[in-house]
Amino acid sequence: MSSMGRAGVAPAWRRPVAVVSFAQYPTCRREEHRNEVEVLMPVVAEALDAVGLTKDDMGFVCSGSSDYLVGAPFSFVMALDAVGAWPPLRESHVEMDGAFALYEAWVMLQSEDIDTALVYSFGRSSSGNIRRALGLQLDPYTMAPLWPDSVSLAALQARVLVDRGIASEDDFAEVASRCLRNATSNPNAQVSGTASAGDLMRDAYVVEPLRRHACPPVGDGAAAVVLAAGERASELVERPAWITGMDHRVETHALGARDLADSPSTRLAAQAAGLVGGVASKIDLAELHAPFAHQELILARALGLADGVALNPSGGALVANPLMVAGLARIGEAARRVMDGSAHTALAHATSGPCLQQNLVCLLSDQPGPAVLGGARTAGTAGTGGTAGTAGTAGTGGTAGTAGTAGTAGTGGAPGEES
Amino acid sequence: MAERCAVIGIGQTKHASARTDVSIAGLVREAALRALDDAGLDWADIDAVVIGKAPDMFEGVMMPELYLAPALGAVGKPMMRVHTAGSVGGSTVLVAAHLVTSGIHERVLTVAFEKQSDSDAMWALSVPQPFSPPLLAGAGGYFAPIIRAYIRRSGAPDHIGIAVAVKDRLHGSRNPYAHLHMPDITFESVRDSVMLWDPLRYLETCPSSDGAAAMVLASEQAAASSPAPAWVHGMAMRSEPTMFAGRDQVNPRAGRDCVADVYAQAGITEPRREIDVAEVYVPFSWYEPMWLENLGFAAEGEGWKLTDSGATSMDGGDIPWNCSGGVLCTNPIGASGMLRFAEAALQVRGLAGEHQVDGVRRALGHAYGGGSQFFAMWVLGSEKP
Repeated sequence: MSSMGRAGVAPAWRRPVAVVSFAQYPTCRREEHRNEVEVLMPVVAEALDAVGLTKDDMGFVCSGSSDYLVGAPFSFVMALDAVGAWPPLRESHVEMDGAFALYEAWVMLQSEDIDTALVYSFGRSSSGNIRRALGLQLDPYTMAPLWPDSVSLAALQARVLVDRGIASEDDFAEVASRCLRNATSNPNAQVSGTASAGDLMRDAYVVEPLRRHACPPVGDGAAAVVLAAGERASELVERPAWITGMDHRVETHALGARDLADSPSTRLAAQAAGLVGGVASKIDLAELHAPFAHQELILARALGLADGVALNPSGGALVANPLMVAGLARIGEAARRVMDGSAHTALAHATSGPCLQQNLVCLLSDQPGPAVLGGARTAGTAGTGGTAGTAGTAGTGGTAGTAGTAGTAGTGGAPGEES
Repeated sequence: MAERCAVIGIGQTKHASARTDVSIAGLVREAALRALDDAGLDWADIDAVVIGKAPDMFEGVMMPELYLAPALGAVGKPMMRVHTAGSVGGSTVLVAAHLVTSGIHERVLTVAFEKQSDSDAMWALSVPQPFSPPLLAGAGGYFAPIIRAYIRRSGAPDHIGIAVAVKDRLHGSRNPYAHLHMPDITFESVRDSVMLWDPLRYLETCPSSDGAAAMVLASEQAAASSPAPAWVHGMAMRSEPTMFAGRDQVNPRAGRDCVADVYAQAGITEPRREIDVAEVYVPFSWYEPMWLENLGFAAEGEGWKLTDSGATSMDGGDIPWNCSGGVLCTNPIGASGMLRFAEAALQVRGLAGEHQVDGVRRALGHAYGGGSQFFAMWVLGSEKP
């Protein structure tokens, strides 16, 4: 895609930072008995306790969430009570997946004289009709009024893969079968199973060509990560999961202007994070934030991952997809496997927006990379001038028309669910 | 701080109660293009975009940064979206600044906006929530009791709020971008305006605006060719809980901690003497004397005396506050904090036009949000730190 920018030359960061702790709330269809603070408190406590720290030790706190899940403005404000911001904390919030909050914390650890940070996110996807709510992410003038829903948009993307012969519905079922099987050993997964791809092919369509198993469950959850820099990380745990590079990129919002079968922003982010040369062949496992089965195929291709890489050993977002949490959980799941010795290097990915519009890549290793002290920066990551030119035209008539057609499909709260 | 960071480009929209001439994308581009033009840069020169706004429900668009990515030239670049309540305009700037001070990027475009006319902020603030009392009164109703507590504590006379309202409106009449232009405002017209939330009268309250602000932040190397960079001398954010027994909402500790951090970084020990001009988030008149105390310009209980003496007026005061007219003249909520940060930069760069104060060497930009619990601030200087 020519309008995508160049990747930076090399990941430039001043000192190594590692994930030293990860905790998550077991994702469930609907958490009816606990509010956000009650869901988060045990998760935050578990993440801190695991490394013997308290919130008073945290140099920075950052969270990610979305008001449109809770259905209330400022929903992150009360959630901060899960940490207990007294005495006052250095604290910030992104209206994004928690993976981007982790990115902000990582930046802060490069910049400020602090050694630790707490990152958390929460997502109550069950409060309303999430397929409909996500339609409000679209261009408010030309697309949102047509109410295309999130599953229908994903189905358009899957259709591109099928029509071009890149992947088939059987391939989607293979992905789902593996993810569900992996989830049988993941106590935090919302769904799991041992059905073969052939069995799964008997599932009904939610929106053609996506069958039930190719869509994520709707669920509520939360996650927390503790980051530590330099020697502090090594003091806290035996095997820190060092972040050797992290970057994220966004694509245009106009679906008609994107190649939906590819993910150039993922590729750019990966390159800028350091997935260059032979690095891809050294990755042991990848946790990819692919809420829909076909998206795992797109991401794995964009990243150029070798055949031997274990994809989504946790089961990924197909088995637990609390919105605003599932990306942070990918980093946590990948880091956990580096920390417990089951992997040397891992790749974690998070996404945001319809059809993988925005993507973050985080590389993790049991070895800290070379710190670039006061060193080279990533050179311009410039998009072209042409980018600006396309601005006002986002959401062309053609795009909106297609989306609107798709929007007539199903109204269930969860794909294939009765609600 | 690690690497140095400077403001090299500033842009804002003409603010108004309803900018029906532009879409949300058009609004943010108006500010962003002005910032790029000011910096002498093009979209291609920008490494990353950081955008902020108050709750998504204020426009009815979920995570609007996704829709705005192409409008802000962000395609193929990193883009982040910050939301920290009313302080968000300031926090957004700080997130962008850390992308520079961390050494990760050279030039970062930061943008904040609110297009209140697309929806209804009062409705958005009043959605019933489980486990929480409804905030049906909006922000004025929330803050009025806190102001009454300040008045009782400090013994401030009734006219202080009126004086602030008049002063900021007179300042704002010199700012071509300000929403409200009221050059003929008088003490009597404010005093006689309708009482909304005792002691806040209609004219002691901020307007509801459509508007956007943008800045280009640059590394030392990238700022080398800028004719007038405004250097970051100190920056910080702090948060505290909305409520707990014993919390001082009149003079919140998070605000005091935050400014102490910023002053320490900037080497400031006597703010009234060492800071030449301040842009402080004053959405309701009485917040000027309250923040004068919280930010160390006056001793506790003495802030109203500074206001009363005319010290905060740009017509003869020694510490002019809100020469742009402040939030009392212009309030696109998500952008209001960034406007404070940007107006501080304009003063340091000597580019504030009719509301410029002579010889500004250092300026404070301030934002707060939530129930006086989220704070973001920076001090800028004309000299390299």
